[in-house]
Amino acid sequence: MTRKQKRLSVILGGLAILGLAAGLVLYALRDSIVFFYTPSEISEKNLQPGTRLRLGGLVEEGSISKAGGTTVSFVVTDTIKTLNVSYTGQLPDLFREGQGVVAEGVLDASGVFIADTVLAKHDENYMPKDVADKLKEKGVWQEGKGAGP
Amino acid sequence: MIAEIGHFALILALAVAAFQTLVPLIGAERGHGQMIASAVPATLLQLILVYVAFAALTHAYLISDFSVQNVFENSHSAKPLLYKISGVWGNHEGSMLLWVFILASFGGAVAVFGDNLPPTLKARVLAVQGAIGFAFLLFIVVASNPFARLNPVPIEGNGLNPVLQDPALAFHPPFLYAGYVGLSVAFSFAIAALIDGKVDAAWARWVRPWTLAAWMFLTIGISMGSWWAYYELGWGGWWFWDPVENASFMPWLVATALLHSAIVVEKRNALKVWTVLLSILAFSLSLLGTFLVRSGVLTSVHAFAVDPARGVFILGILCFFIGGALTLFAWRAPALKAGGFFSPISREGGLVLNNLFLCAACASVLIGTLYPLALETVTGEKISVGPPYFNLTFGPIMLPLLLLVPIGAQLSWKRADLFAALQRLWAAAALAVGLGVLVLIATERGPWLAPFGMALGAWLIFGSLADLANRIALFSAPLPTSLSRLAGLPRSSLGMTSAHAGLGLMIIGIIAISLWKVEHIVAMKPGERADVGSYTVQFVGEAPLTGENYTGRAGRFRLFRGEREVATVVSEKREFKPAGTPTTEVGLYQTLAGDVYVVMGDRTADGARVVRLYFNPLVSLIWLGALIMFLGGALSLTDRRYRVGAPKRKLTAAGVPAE
Repeated sequence: MTRKQKRLSVILGGLAILGLAAGLVLYALRDSIVFFYTPSEISEKNLQPGTRLRLGGLVEEGSISKAGGTTVSFVVTDTIKTLNVSYTGQLPDLFREGQGVVAEGVLDASGVFIADTVLAKHDENYMPKDVADKLKEKGVWQEGKGAGP
Repeated sequence: MIAEIGHFALILALAVAAFQTLVPLIGAERGHGQMIASAVPATLLQLILVYVAFAALTHAYLISDFSVQNVFENSHSAKPLLYKISGVWGNHEGSMLLWVFILASFGGAVAVFGDNLPPTLKARVLAVQGAIGFAFLLFIVVASNPFARLNPVPIEGNGLNPVLQDPALAFHPPFLYAGYVGLSVAFSFAIAALIDGKVDAAWARWVRPWTLAAWMFLTIGISMGSWWAYYELGWGGWWFWDPVENASFMPWLVATALLHSAIVVEKRNALKVWTVLLSILAFSLSLLGTFLVRSGVLTSVHAFAVDPARGVFILGILCFFIGGALTLFAWRAPALKAGGFFSPISREGGLVLNNLFLCAACASVLIGTLYPLALETVTGEKISVGPPYFNLTFGPIMLPLLLLVPIGAQLSWKRADLFAALQRLWAAAALAVGLGVLVLIATERGPWLAPFGMALGAWLIFGSLADLANRIALFSAPLPTSLSRLAGLPRSSLGMTSAHAGLGLMIIGIIAISLWKVEHIVAMKPGERADVGSYTVQFVGEAPLTGENYTGRAGRFRLFRGEREVATVVSEKREFKPAGTPTTEVGLYQTLAGDVYVVMGDRTADGARVVRLYFNPLVSLIWLGALIMFLGGALSLTDRRYRVGAPKRKLTAAGVPAE
């Protein structure tokens, strides 16, 4: 191979790898991102059951019910609309009534949100800023009562 | 008083940093000896001043001086000593001070250990270090003063976020910052070389140890962070593709690429422009990480303060250094003479491929991290890009790279015989495939990734061992000969072998926990049993608990294997003073074969506890692998040719052992 051909082969190899990476990124961005909604937005958008999404809002006062076993159900509200959530597993330490929460999961056919992940506001690791922003937009934001940083 | 001394020292350091930037640069341009020589004392003076400031803040924390606002907000007199110290950097202002502290330390190290550098190059490197220091000192003095006083003086402090009160996390920031900031040295060398208009093998030999050191710190810092997330967050996972994790991972990927490309510059005088670009990019990603984490753009445990003004300030620093460096690069890089050429199938070709894959992988992580931010800015729509995205992009890009690692290490410089390289690896390949087949049989119709991933990890480990065995002629020469050859091997080649083998171990750990993790959520009353993996867990009961600065409940669990009791673990629910912030402590029983991971949750209506049980097979290998990679880096760093003051050896191209 001449110098030029060698250089060309290196450049083509590089382009091939970049092309592969770009293709993967585009494909993954189309299929694996999750949108974030509040209960009002969910009722506006008429989402299909089975769509994966993140739900944010406040846990409604008095709505937590532990049916026994490890399944918990509660209501998430943005003070305009509410949505029933069912979750099997352990709730985060900072999960409280009246506090912000983010749940990830799918809507089932009866309109209940089946969560597989629940993050609490002031779960200081991954505090749902998304909730705060959305709630600020709707004017129902209140600073958390916990005194964490 | 001491706090004021610290504040004053910071302002002086700012002035000295300005001197350190300007005077040596002008001196180097004009060839003015005294101005060039002033770089070293200026650097050391800045170092001393920054140390004084850091010591002053540490002192305020140690004596719990709550008249300092920063101490009041982030400390508490009842906190254990270790966390009083780590509280210094467990907040925004203090962590920026730590950043500058480490930057000044690296600058000082170049000043002290850089005796063999040409004086103008050294002056320019120190000047660029000074400029970075100036920018961040200005940021601290103007926008995040850690020494602000409070009046009246509060009696008690607010305490440190309890999840941060953990030994691994006490040391995670210093290591991570040492990695981030260590990359500034490669950056400074790249800028100095661009101004100089000269990049050669000697340049690469000076840059590589600094990059290696930074890479080692990053490796340890990131793995400590992930270890902490594993046992402290109680989610049973070790890596979440959280934007903040990505922010530290991207510089690591590029630093890894840089480590490899610098070898090509050093040995073959090729890939110079590319290596300079990588040096710039690696530190740029460190700055981006600092911006993402410190600006409050991302909210996480790392975002201590959400203050837009600070974000804009760091963004300004980011734009100045990245934009400036890339402009300089575009202007001066064409002046760098291209070096020796090579065939695509050669050691150089392999390293180019390594760089391409690592950079593509880094780009995919970058896009996944920034895309939600960009989308929210442009459309206002909120999305999250989680593990599925990264599994789909990062994974497939890394797979071919991992497959090629052992082969690349066998290729010779300039032009290589691929067939001969593969021949030397047949035993490793056979062992790896054998393991894959065993896994395939054992897991029956499990996911295809399991046998493939295990074989891949084994391929990396055995490939590295085969390389070593070949090099010392194990089995083909008498044992004493082999041993004396082993002793004579360059440390850098042993370092490479260990680092690649460590990577293999890590892959095995990652694949095992990703595919074979057993998770079981049950409601348990005292005395009840549940199975997880090959273990049976019995909930003994719970008792009240009092710690130095918390109270809580401790749940005891007995672990059985068959009928034999192997251990007792304790999972705790703690409430920290002063705010009553709750945390959960995981009960962890670790073996090399796998961890039993017990998390006690809430009480159910009928008085049982929700308990989450995990069996995480082989998960320790992830951190063991990282540790071996770190040690490999350390071995490499002690190689003769980097040793300070060691006579410069002329390496003959023919006799250079492949490494």
